[in-house]
Amino acid sequence: MDDIKDIQNLETVGEGKQYIVVRLGSEQYGIDIKYVDNIVRNQRITRIPSAQDFFKGVINLRGEIIPVMSLRLKFGLEPDKYTNATRIIIIKLESQSAIGIMVDEVREVVTLDEDSIENPNSTDSNEVQLQYLSGVGKHEDGLITLLNIASVIIEKETNN
Amino acid sequence: MDVSQYLEIFIDETKEHLQTLSDQLMILEQEPENMDTINEIFRAAHSLKGMAGTMGFKRMQRLTHDMENVFQEIRSENMKVQPELVDVLFRGLDALEAYLAEIMETANEGTEENEEIINTLNSIAKQATGKDNTPKEEKPAPAPAQTVSGDAAKYKEIKITEYDQNTFDKAKKQNQNIFGITVYLQETCILKAARAFLVFKALEELGEVMKASPSVQDIEDEKFDMDFSIIFFTNENADKIKTTIEAVSEIKEAVIGPFEIASNQEEKSGTVEQAAESAETNEQPAAPAVPAAPEKTSKNVPAATADTKKKETKHPAQKTAKPTVGRTVRVDIEKLDVLMNLVSELIIAKNGLVSMSSADESRTDTDFNEQIEYLESVTTNLHESVMKVRMVPIESVVSRFPRMIRDLNKKLGKKMELHMSGEETELDRTVIDEIGDPLQHLLRNAADHGLESNEERIALGKEEVGNIYLDAYQDGNNVNIEVRDDGGGIDVEKIKKKALEKGSITPEQAEVMTDKEFIDLLFKPSFSTAEKITDVSGRGVGLDVVKTKIEGLGGNIECRSALGEGSSFIIRLPLTLAIIQALMVELGKEKYAIPLGSIQTIEDVAFTDVKHVQTREVINLRGSVIPLIRLNQLLNVEPGDFEPESLTVVIVKKGDKQAGLVVDNLIGQQEIVIKSIGDYIHCSKLIGGATILGDGEIALILEVNTLV
Repeated sequence: MDDIKDIQNLETVGEGKQYIVVRLGSEQYGIDIKYVDNIVRNQRITRIPSAQDFFKGVINLRGEIIPVMSLRLKFGLEPDKYTNATRIIIIKLESQSAIGIMVDEVREVVTLDEDSIENPNSTDSNEVQLQYLSGVGKHEDGLITLLNIASVIIEKETNN
Repeated sequence: MDVSQYLEIFIDETKEHLQTLSDQLMILEQEPENMDTINEIFRAAHSLKGMAGTMGFKRMQRLTHDMENVFQEIRSENMKVQPELVDVLFRGLDALEAYLAEIMETANEGTEENEEIINTLNSIAKQATGKDNTPKEEKPAPAPAQTVSGDAAKYKEIKITEYDQNTFDKAKKQNQNIFGITVYLQETCILKAARAFLVFKALEELGEVMKASPSVQDIEDEKFDMDFSIIFFTNENADKIKTTIEAVSEIKEAVIGPFEIASNQEEKSGTVEQAAESAETNEQPAAPAVPAAPEKTSKNVPAATADTKKKETKHPAQKTAKPTVGRTVRVDIEKLDVLMNLVSELIIAKNGLVSMSSADESRTDTDFNEQIEYLESVTTNLHESVMKVRMVPIESVVSRFPRMIRDLNKKLGKKMELHMSGEETELDRTVIDEIGDPLQHLLRNAADHGLESNEERIALGKEEVGNIYLDAYQDGNNVNIEVRDDGGGIDVEKIKKKALEKGSITPEQAEVMTDKEFIDLLFKPSFSTAEKITDVSGRGVGLDVVKTKIEGLGGNIECRSALGEGSSFIIRLPLTLAIIQALMVELGKEKYAIPLGSIQTIEDVAFTDVKHVQTREVINLRGSVIPLIRLNQLLNVEPGDFEPESLTVVIVKKGDKQAGLVVDNLIGQQEIVIKSIGDYIHCSKLIGGATILGDGEIALILEVNTLV
């Protein structure tokens, strides 16, 4: 929960959208902050037999049972290695129940205005499937792949 | 007067009255001469009329009024109950239910006049009695009846209690005259109470005022309009009394007449109302048959009517708004008292803990444990009581079925009877809400496909009238509901033919399938064997929908059939949904919960006792062969470190099927709260949910129904 405090301190009131920047391997991804309900440390995950393979299982978050998805597995990367920096971001979309997303590290909160966001249609050799992207943000020196979190979470039937 | 706050009560009570009407009409159809039933119906119709009137639902009121009229005629033996009449009454009942549904949606009764039903009712009454009742239909019943102007002899409306009856008898014995008097004050009269007092005083010199309407107290407080009525015992004659009263100044008129005591007060009020209505009709014979009429005719309709009228005009705009009535559970006050007591105990338990934590010196573990145990027993009881509050007898769903079967009777031209038992069996409210449609479907199926036609039945040597049974009973942690018929049963050959035709199965499969497996095909989507599609059932969406619904409620459905003897569908439902007793088991390092309700026994089985029947592992347990299910393989559990000497097998049952679940370790029995694991994870149906254990760990709940 300390993380949340840190992030709140980082928050700056400005124009544009705020994103939580997370790390998967060497890549940076941005998640729109308005969908983020909470960020928790990695905790005991209960495996669910015969679930989709990118689901790690469920966790108990203050009496609620919340499924946890591994972004790495979803994006077809190497399986997660649990470290001290591993975090679960609890996402809450409107009219959907909460879901956790496991990432390697939560870095910071950035504010991106429209000018610094490019459309995902640009010639971008990203490995992540295009449907999960909403754009690419430029921040300081690095590039942040902005996630269309709804499409990451909500499974299209054709995917299976 | 704003009546909207009474809407919920109105709806509840109307439902009850409609149910009474429905039940009693069913009886009436069987026993047209049953006076008790007729009275009961009359009372229900009368109450409905009054309630609808108060709430300003005029169309509803009008319909009930005409139903009541017909029964009035029947009660006074002017006409007999005929089958056509019952049909019309049932249609009237449907119309009332439609009004109620509309009211529940929009707080407004809608605009359906049901003119046809009303006309039919009136013409039946007319035919039977030879009396012209039609003008009555022009007048929605004025309720309460007292508000009708134009009926001079209002004293007839005075209600007589049993106690009064005794006084009457006494007065009669003493040869006293019993008069009813209605005194009208002049419109200009200001001191009404004073005038009334003078009237009473004058009368007291001549005899005894037995009863007054409004009550003497109300009259003294000036709580009456321009008139009041009295029942009066005297030795004087009527004229003398009349002159005496009219001698008091500002009295317009005194209407006096001998007061007849009817043997039955219900009848009394009925006839009076009729008299009142005919009087009203005389006043305005040309009143058109529009519902707005009463506003014009009766000057002193309760404010409620006017008020609702206003509301009505406002309403159409917001008609699509969400239903105005929330879902409620009627709770027995005793259950609430128990809850209240438990909450008090909970507070005491909490205080015990608080005081213990402050008295830190003398605290001992035994004290602490004692308090914990106390707390535990309170919470267990609390849980039980709250569950009980949620429990509703199944009666509330099944009570509409006799009526449905009756209608099917006519529609299908088959004679059949519905026998119900166990209506008092209680189920969770959420289950009750959902179970109605599946049951209806099964009953319709039984009526349409299950039972043979009457001719066939006679030819087969069965009794002509087909029987459908609906039995509900509790079985451990489950409630079973059985829909059974004594019809032809399910023709397996027919299913086979159909399945082959549709390509649902291959001829090779058909060779090896058992009868039971064929019957199970009925639960597959779009599989209907009805040879012709009827209005009643057989559109191909059928048993599969029923099955899905019941499984959604955590239950299951099974079908048994014997060709020529009938078929039965058994629905098994969990008693409660949220909290269950479960056996906690260990598989590798994972913990799983198995609902206790489905567990039969736990056995220790030596490896050598495991036999193989066609590639499947089975054990022979006290004569029955039970297939083994290796849970750790099924659930892909990483094997634990230790090598057991024997197998721990949990024997579970689903209906009469059994299976042995092989587990690594038993942890113990525990009360668990079932939580959903959400929609994101598409896991197999083996997992019925999850629960959080005392240490915060999550254990998954095994769905035994899909395992077996």
